[in-house]
This record gives sequence, structure tokens and C-alpha cells, in this order.
Amino acid sequence: MSDKRASCLKGNGVTKVFGFGDKKTVAVNNVDFDFREGEIVSIVGESGSGKTTLSKMLLGLISVTEGEVLFQGKPRDISTGQKKREYWKGIQAIFQDPFSSYNMFNKIDSVLLDCINMRGGKSLPYEKKFEMMREACSFVNLEFKELTNKYPFELSGGQMQRLMIARIFLLKPKILLADEPTSMIDACSRATILDMLLKLRDEINMTIIFITHDIGLAYYISDSVYIMEHGKFVEHGKAEDVILHPKAAYTQRLINDVPKIYEEWDLSTV
Amino acid sequence: MKNTLRQVFHSPKFVIGFSIFALILLTVIIYPLVVIADPLEMVGNGNFFKPGTYVSVKDAVEGTHYTLNIDVQSGSLDNKISSSDKDDMKDWLIKYGGVAEADINVNDVESLLGLWQTHYDPDADQTGILASKKKYYVRLNNSLNGILEDNDVIIAKENSETGELEQTGTIASKEFVNTKDVANRRTFVLGTDNFGRDVLTELLDATKTSLRVGLIAGVVATLIGLFLGLLSGYLGGMVDNIITFITNLFTVIPSFILLILISYSVGQAARGVNLVATIIGLTSWTWTTRSVRSQVISLRNRDHVNLSKLSGHSMMRIVLTDILPYIASYVVMAFILQISSGILAEAQLSMLGLGPSTSTTATLGLMMNWANLYAAPLNGSWWAYFPVVIMIALISFSLNLMNTGLDQIFNPQLRD
Repeated sequence: MSDKRASCLKGNGVTKVFGFGDKKTVAVNNVDFDFREGEIVSIVGESGSGKTTLSKMLLGLISVTEGEVLFQGKPRDISTGQKKREYWKGIQAIFQDPFSSYNMFNKIDSVLLDCINMRGGKSLPYEKKFEMMREACSFVNLEFKELTNKYPFELSGGQMQRLMIARIFLLKPKILLADEPTSMIDACSRATILDMLLKLRDEINMTIIFITHDIGLAYYISDSVYIMEHGKFVEHGKAEDVILHPKAAYTQRLINDVPKIYEEWDLSTV
Repeated sequence: MKNTLRQVFHSPKFVIGFSIFALILLTVIIYPLVVIADPLEMVGNGNFFKPGTYVSVKDAVEGTHYTLNIDVQSGSLDNKISSSDKDDMKDWLIKYGGVAEADINVNDVESLLGLWQTHYDPDADQTGILASKKKYYVRLNNSLNGILEDNDVIIAKENSETGELEQTGTIASKEFVNTKDVANRRTFVLGTDNFGRDVLTELLDATKTSLRVGLIAGVVATLIGLFLGLLSGYLGGMVDNIITFITNLFTVIPSFILLILISYSVGQAARGVNLVATIIGLTSWTWTTRSVRSQVISLRNRDHVNLSKLSGHSMMRIVLTDILPYIASYVVMAFILQISSGILAEAQLSMLGLGPSTSTTATLGLMMNWANLYAAPLNGSWWAYFPVVIMIALISFSLNLMNTGLDQIFNPQLRD
């Protein structure tokens, strides 16, 4: 089914090298990928496998050492600040740690207003902006009246992460890069947040690139899965195919390492 | 913000430092409003007058006199005979005058003088005494002659026609004047300096100038340090390499030597207070740059900075709103230290004669320099330099205390 959809983000031989000489580290090594519109893609791997580096390259926050990235079929151009801002209208992110994602000196209103301004709503009357912010907050089950004039650190972690989703709701990007958005959050809020992400995907038909180390979670939400080990994709395909019938030994190990409640956990494989 | 301020004012170190500094600042501001005198007016016609109240002799003589039944003699005797003289007199009386030690009371000047006048004989047998000591006793005896006489002082005026002196009045020894009656009097709380200037007034004026020097130097150093630190930390790459190289270069050159060389090459005539302050600032920005850079490097990859980038903010806005507020407390601390070191650097430069050359303002360093040049420490004029030293010490002490207090609040690991 995914093959029929248009390509949204495509990479050919994307490589990132840090340092040079003896200190050279290849964080992402010559990876190819093709993310389709409206698809939920999971990139799964353990810590240090290069997931976050890849996501920062996709976001254009760090440069790509080699290879090319195609955005909506065309090679992306983020050479100037203006072009970068244009690119970021199409791709947005939710970060792992909600507590460090906000500038603690700015009020919540300014976070949401920035999004409205970015979507070209700078000249709208305040009532209109207020209505948009209220709508975005109610989408994630938050009451904007309670949040206005508050600082982000006055919220709980789950509320902060939901506010992040409200931000995405206002920005309506083509691609959302979610870098372990639920790893710092308790299990109950986790389900709510995943639910909201899925709801948002349906609402604005965006691609979600879900970066996680939790293969169970990846199976639960994604259409296709990329397994990453030491900067390389060792396996990719539909979620059911990859996780139920893993071919690579690494995928096998990742699946075995998921703790199961009713089974003794075999630490010898870790 | 409000919470931080409350926290800051709960730190005892900061509060003590702040109180001392505020007190100095208030004194410097209020004193010139109360005492309207030119701080650089050369009041005293001579060097280093002692602290005290000076009353006009003419006014005192001509003013209302009060007779008080006070024993004036012992008072003035005490003033005239030093304690070492008294001890020498006692020695002589015991050794050569045949007076028992128990009969001599050094504290009772009158009885001592009585004993001395009855027993002292310059021709007495004084075996074992040095010739110089013998002559000293003769001199002492001569100076004591007439000391007990209680004669009125005659006031005379010259008659402008005949040129003869005419007696207009007498002053008895028990006559007093009330200092409040004397119209012309001036109190020098800290005496006068080598130019005859009132040290207290000059000191407060100099403190004001020195604080200005510290402030200008601090602002210049902090602005340069902040700008270069933010630039190199945030941009990274080649810009970072170049700025770090320059910073390291300036760090290894002793900044004080650099300061001396620049001050010297600027020339005596051009060195005003503001210029010297700017030069001090220009040579002391390196540590601010280094620490701001390292803080910015750790901040620039934080998620909130990334989020700000994704929200389409310009680099300027990210630096100003997402990075600067996070390092503001640190910058304030560095700024306080820069003020303190700026004041000290000015004092050091001025002691070497390379400070502000202008004779229209005083700075703390210049006051010390003048006191030193006119040998105040040698002739015992402590008031010309000691208050200056205390003032410099108090300013740096209070600023450093404020800095330590802030440090304990913003670096919780140091909190005791």
C-alpha cells in the first residue's frame, strides 16, 4: 500500500562523520531510505546507533557529510537561513525530553504564537490567534485559559509533551520527526500521547518518523520499520514483516530484549 | 525572576556585600550634597595637617571669653612634656637626686616638676652618664624653666600713627572660648593631604571617580567578552578557532604589562579617567570570553535552542532570547568581578604614575600615589593613605562577597 503514496523524504547514501584523523567517528554510514506521505515510520536501534544524529540531519540542524536528501521529490536546499525557515515549515520535531525542550524564560503563549506567526498568521487579530491557540490546546486535551501567562516549567512532563503536539497541530508540517517523545513519560501519559500523534496524522495527513529504542512500541504504531545498528540500516520493511519475521540477527536480539511481564527475563542475551 | 531575587537577598554573603557597597555608594552620592566644597580646593597652606577642628586664632582672641575654674596647668603641662621626658626625669632623680622611687609619681606632672626643680643641679656628680645625656638634661631643664609661671598673655596692636605697640587686652590662663562662637573654623575629619586638600572630601570624590573607572572598565570588558564568547561559542567552526586563538594569545600576555605599555604609549597628556578605564577594560576581557564561550557551547545543542531554530527564529533572536538569559547570572557575576578588578587595576597603574594624569580629578590610586610621593608613610601622616587603602579594600571586599553570594545561589554545588 505504501508504494502507491508519493515519496516525502528520501535519502541516498547519507553519511555523517564527526571529527577527523584518529578521532574520526562515523555516526551514520551510507544509509538509504524512502519515507512515504502519511506513513508512520519507526527507526529502531539501541543507544549510540546513530538515530538521533540521523534525525538531526533530516531536520537540517547539522550538516550532511555525504549523500543527498530529497524533500518531496526534489533535492532539499537549506543553504541560507531563509531557505532553512522554508524547509522547517515542512518538517518539524518533538524532542525526547519535554523539560529541556522549552525556553524556561518564555511563556507558553509565546511558544504557540511563534507557530501561528510561522504559518503566516502574524497580522491576524489577537482574538483569531487566541481562538487558534485554544483550538490547538483543546486538541491535546489542555485548557488554554489555564495555560496562558504560565511558564512551561509550571506544567507536568506529560502536559509539556502534549503542548508540543499542540505546537505541531498549529504548524501542520508535512513531516514530523518524533525523537523518542514518550521515553521520559509514564506509561499512562504515553498511550495518550501516542494516541494524539495518530489522531494528528489522520487529521493533517503527515508523515511521522518515529525514533525509538522500543521495538514493541514501533510494532504498535508504525507502518514500516527501519532497524539501525552502528550507523547502518540492517533491515527495513513493513512493521509486521520485520518484527514478526526478523531476518537480521540484530533485529532478533532487539526483539528478545523486550521484557515480557509473564516471562523470566534472560539477562544473558543482553 | 522574583524568586531568584528573593533567593539572592536571602544569601547572607550577598546581603553583607551589597549593604557595604550600597553604603559606600550612598555616602559618595549624599556627601557632596551636604558638604558643598570643592574636593580639590587647596585649603591648607602646607603639607599633611593633622585631623581635627581648626579654629581661627584671631576670632578666638577677639571673641567672647569665658572663665572656667579648671586646672589648666596640668593639662598644658601634659601636652608640653612627653612621657619619655618624664621617665628620664624620674631616672635622674633616683640616680643622682637622691629621691626614693616611691616618692615619684610620673603621672602627677606638677609634683614631678616640683621635685625636679628642687633636686636638679646640672653641676651635681653624675658619674656613669654619657656626655650627650648630660647635655640633654641641661636642655630639658632649660625648656622647663618658666613652664610653671602663670602669666597673662598681652594682646597688643600697632598704632598706625606712632608705630608703637599699644596694649588692648590680656588673656588669662583660665579664659576659654566656645568653639561654636568662633566664626571661622573648619573640621578636617581626616586632615589634609600634601596639597593641603581636605582628605575626607577628596576621598569621597576619588571613590566616585574610581567607581566610575571600575564601571566603565567592567562594561567594556564584559561587553567585549560577551560578544566574542557568544560569537565563537554559537557559531563554532573557523570563527571559533580564530577567536579562541586571539583569546589565548591575550590570556598568556600578562594583562598588567599590556596595560602599562598601552598607558605609557598613550602619553601623559591624553590620559583621562575615561580613557584609562577603557584601556583597563580592553585588557581584561579574556576570562569572560573563555567562560561565556564554554557555556554557550554547552547550550547551543540543547533542545530548546533546536526548537527555537525549528520555529524559524533568526540567529540574533536565538542568541538573545534562548542563550543569553541562561548565562545572564554568570555574566552578572563576571561583571561584578570586572568592576572590582578594574578599580584595583586603576590603583596599580596610578601607583606607578601611569594612571589618569589630570589634576582636575582625584582617584583612589592617584591619592595613594601622591601620598607616596610626598613620603606620607615616612612622616607618619597615616590619614593621607590609610583611609584610601581601607576604601579600596572595602569596595573589593563587598564586590567579591556579592560575587561569592551569587555564585552559591547559581551553582548549587557550592552551597553550604
